[in-house]
Amino acid sequence: MRQRVVVTGLGVVCALGHDTACFWESLRAGHSGIEPIEGVDRTQLRFQNGAEVRGFDSSRYFEQKDIDLLDRFAQFCVVSAREAVADAGLEFTPELRERTGIVTGSCVGGQATEDEGFVSLYRRNNPRGNPLTIPRVMNNAGASRISQEFGIVGPAWTVSTACSSSNHAIGQAFRMVRDGDVEVAVAGGSEAIFSMGFLKSWEAMRVVSPDTCRPFSKDRRGLILGEGGACLILETLERARARGAKIHAEMVGFGMSADAHHITQPLSGGAARAMRLAIADGGIQPEQIGYINAHGTGTTANDATETAAIRAVFGKHADRLAVSSTKSMHGHALGAAGAIEAVATILGLEYGLLPPTANYNEPDPACDLDVIPNQARAAEMECALSNSFAFGGLNAVLALRRWV
Amino acid sequence: MSDELNQRIIKVIADTQHIPVETVKLDSTFAELNIDSLDGINILFALENEFNISVPDEAAKEIRSVRDAVEGVTKLVEGGTGGASSEPVHAS
Repeated sequence: MRQRVVVTGLGVVCALGHDTACFWESLRAGHSGIEPIEGVDRTQLRFQNGAEVRGFDSSRYFEQKDIDLLDRFAQFCVVSAREAVADAGLEFTPELRERTGIVTGSCVGGQATEDEGFVSLYRRNNPRGNPLTIPRVMNNAGASRISQEFGIVGPAWTVSTACSSSNHAIGQAFRMVRDGDVEVAVAGGSEAIFSMGFLKSWEAMRVVSPDTCRPFSKDRRGLILGEGGACLILETLERARARGAKIHAEMVGFGMSADAHHITQPLSGGAARAMRLAIADGGIQPEQIGYINAHGTGTTANDATETAAIRAVFGKHADRLAVSSTKSMHGHALGAAGAIEAVATILGLEYGLLPPTANYNEPDPACDLDVIPNQARAAEMECALSNSFAFGGLNAVLALRRWV
Repeated sequence: MSDELNQRIIKVIADTQHIPVETVKLDSTFAELNIDSLDGINILFALENEFNISVPDEAAKEIRSVRDAVEGVTKLVEGGTGGASSEPVHAS
């Protein structure tokens, strides 16, 4: 029998803060976490700004031996999962451990560890590789550590679909809970991308903004890279009710599609199909959607294409719904983006306050939506979507409902 | 712009696109040559290596034809950020 699925726990670490409370404070205030890059020598880069997790002290969260084993991306994953588990008030009994799943997403996993390894091998001519490189690099390092830490022995895996990774992860976890495969799932994703090798690769793509991220604004000049992690606790409504858990929101639908088009250029048809499928999967009507947390990268191509997709799906209702890109504040955290933005969307529904699109300057006829420019807006929405569209044309959309 | 420089640029474009060099004319647009935005930045990467120059992002956006590429590279080479006679940064 199909179960209703609710979100009972949230955890996040990103440029806007190391926990959900700080994250929400920044979103409410429309504060941007975009700053000059500190993690690598930015004088060697054409772009200067990023959305780094500043002041993240690993030793506050992990023993040194664990830090040796966990790349920054895996640490973000674990720290956000711990917060989500604590927020949900979950107590893992032997039975629950078997009935809990974990699905995480990451685009490039422990690439910074790999980058260091290459520097050691090719530049410093150190012939010996670090034996901890492999466990640090693997994309599932966060999921595995979460499983060990909480003794979770149900299904656990990691999804890698570039910028859609954690939306795909959350969607898979959602369906597992809905289908009754598990009662609880820890779902989310993480990314830590600030290494010279990876930033140089982004520089070569020529899509990173020289100043800041201005989604949907006519003067937008590209995306700003970010990092972080976020996790949700998904749980059957039945179980959440039985234990008197606090419910943040209901997850009602998930839609995914592929563009079958181009490795980097988005196609509005694919994005539109994923949104339609998420709405249909949720058994809701497009008119019930009041807010969309957009993929909204701040590139010329994405924002115009996403606008066209939203107009195609919603028709006249597109003029009544509000759309914002919180990437304007926490940057584009690639494989963690979907999870961070799901938390933003859920908090928006819960508190009746829609996070803005920061750094917005001027309307673009190609992005003619209500993008909540610069200031959060009080609004009680019934349902919301959270969009992720990846390079390679892989789209994943979550549909959420306000819990009343 | 010298003929030799033009030919070097055209060869880089042809090699990057894996198309015969004679199909690339000075007056060809990138669209005519089926060069999309990703191909375009890949060509710029190859040109930067060939001439040891650095093409700023803003200038890169304006390059939509072989002539744009030739004019842009010529300006950078003559402007001294690189050198037409300098060795390519990478062998391939």
